[in-house]
Amino acid sequence: MLSADISTFLPEILLALYALVALLFGAYGGKDRTAPLLVWVTAAVMVVLAVWIGGTTGDARLAFGGAVVNDGFARFAKVVILLSGASVLVMSQDYMARHGLLRFEYPLLVALASVGMMVMVSAGDLMSLYMGLELQSLSLYVVAALRRDSPKSTEAGLKYFVLGALSSGMLLYGASLIYGFSGTTRFSGIIETVGTGEISLGLLFGLIFLIVGLAFKVSAVPFHMWTPDVYEGAPTPVTAFFATAPKMAAMGLFARVLFDAFGHVTQDWGQVLALLSVLTMFLGAVAAIGQRNIKRLMAYSSITHMGFALMGLAAGTAGGVQAMLIYMAIYVTMNVGTFAFILSMEKDGAPVTDIGALNMYSKAEPLKALAMMVLLFSMAGVPPLVGFFGKFYVLMAAVDAGLSWLAIAGVIASVIAAFYYLRIVYYMYFGREEEAALNGGANPVLWAMLMGSAAIMVVGVVNLFGVEGLALAAAQTLVN
Amino acid sequence: MSVADLAFFFFALVAVVAGLFVVVSRNPVHSVLWLILAFLSSAGLFVLLGAEFVAMLLVIVYVGAVAVLFLFVVMMLDVDFAELKGEMAKYMPLAGLIGVVILMQLAMIFGSWQFAEQAQAMRGAVTPDPAQVHNTAALGRLIYDDYIFMFQIAGLILLVAMIGAIMLTLRHRTHVKRQDILAQMYRDPAKAMKLKDVKPGQGL
Repeated sequence: MLSADISTFLPEILLALYALVALLFGAYGGKDRTAPLLVWVTAAVMVVLAVWIGGTTGDARLAFGGAVVNDGFARFAKVVILLSGASVLVMSQDYMARHGLLRFEYPLLVALASVGMMVMVSAGDLMSLYMGLELQSLSLYVVAALRRDSPKSTEAGLKYFVLGALSSGMLLYGASLIYGFSGTTRFSGIIETVGTGEISLGLLFGLIFLIVGLAFKVSAVPFHMWTPDVYEGAPTPVTAFFATAPKMAAMGLFARVLFDAFGHVTQDWGQVLALLSVLTMFLGAVAAIGQRNIKRLMAYSSITHMGFALMGLAAGTAGGVQAMLIYMAIYVTMNVGTFAFILSMEKDGAPVTDIGALNMYSKAEPLKALAMMVLLFSMAGVPPLVGFFGKFYVLMAAVDAGLSWLAIAGVIASVIAAFYYLRIVYYMYFGREEEAALNGGANPVLWAMLMGSAAIMVVGVVNLFGVEGLALAAAQTLVN
Repeated sequence: MSVADLAFFFFALVAVVAGLFVVVSRNPVHSVLWLILAFLSSAGLFVLLGAEFVAMLLVIVYVGAVAVLFLFVVMMLDVDFAELKGEMAKYMPLAGLIGVVILMQLAMIFGSWQFAEQAQAMRGAVTPDPAQVHNTAALGRLIYDDYIFMFQIAGLILLVAMIGAIMLTLRHRTHVKRQDILAQMYRDPAKAMKLKDVKPGQGL
């Protein structure tokens, strides 16, 4: 029995074992001198695992008595998580090394966080849900405080830790109410006891507390307060990591628990998610207008994007889950490119985060400015770029589920959000003439990531690289 | 009332009172001592339930290790608790309001609580029959067999906590003279020492 369990869950186990071996190697083999090597090896291991997971097919398989489930949905989310984690790792190597932040623990914590995220998206039990979530969060708290001689970074780590602990408390309270009602922590058991029709008040409270805990992790309004401060305070490569893989994992976990454990009562949580979604989209769009710091701006941008992804979930249909998966895959790709650009923003070796520094950037670096413009247009959802299709699918899913008001609100919010994306484009192309505010070197990795991401936004228009069909297949394994 | 009932009321009362004093006592060291008392009386309650293994764990792990660690931390941290409490008083009205709202919600849940029909059977299904298996063995089977996955992930979480604590606090100082035992052993007195005859009234 155990060998079958292990083979079902082998990629995660291998990644965890790799992290342990690499930890020993780092600790005994030269400490931080091994860090660049470990960054590249970790990224390579993650890419190999992603290719492996992406290549496997087959029906849903349970492991460890139902504690984890390996199905198409989990595999889709895991591939996105691993690839984005690996890209952020290779992007961060040069930046971290130049700012004296490249500790050998950094790639290992990212690897362990990825293990946690993989557990999250394949959780089949309230306990494995919580375990995966904590493994991921704890690693993220540590890397947020990585720059320990900077008060802002320490503040980011501490704030994230305290608020994360609070949200975990909420989540656990909800989980205990659900357990109390149904007498089991397995999702398969919960969905049997919940049945269809009316759900009891106690169970509804449990569900709401669970949603609150998870909403914190995806930084949905009104549980978003930590996001701008943490994004600003954490070192930029870490911010890039926060904005990509963990978001996919948290949305995957959200979908997993709602459909696997509460799939029969979609109308009960659908309305909660619809409300969260509309608040999140509007607050993210409006609050970003006043931001001059590009990291804070990206924080609010990610909040807005989470609102759209939640809209897909709020639909409560297979089409909605498909839309959410497409949206998240596109969002992660755009963010990798955008952060590659932000990482290259520097003057005389010191990082610059003020968007005013981008004035007339198109004259100094026409190609990079063009790529950034494509990414920003894509984020704003301007057709015909790929970002538009992400929004299109969620809006379609919302309309199909009879949530037209939500779709209309989404369109309005995306128009508001377009303002601050276009403002950056305006600065880059029509800003005030002044002496070059940025003179960052051309790091080949960052350049490649930026150009690759921008090219995907343009070329993907043809068929979205087939992600649509993959997401549909993944969604159908979750919703049936 | 049997002896067991009396013992239950005694331990329960002590646990609740001790818990109250943990929160209200002004001196943090006293709080920790009250906490130890609360742990001990909870251990008594576990014995009454027939879960003697858990009771012993509570005494050994919580009282023996965790509470003592707390005591050290509280005594060594330079935190002015009075000042912290003054800061807290500012937010008291809002916190009280939120607390009351949550309490009312809890009362609502409690008032209308109902279990699923299968809940009792499902809850019992995972645990072996207590008449057949000793509760230590049953616990072992649950933790290391049925829930081995959670157990291993918990291990990884603790590993991350350890890596994090080391990474965020360990500083390698550069200008520290460390003892090099080999160098000490292979040191040659003839080379390292020179005897000089210093005449009174003259320097070297």
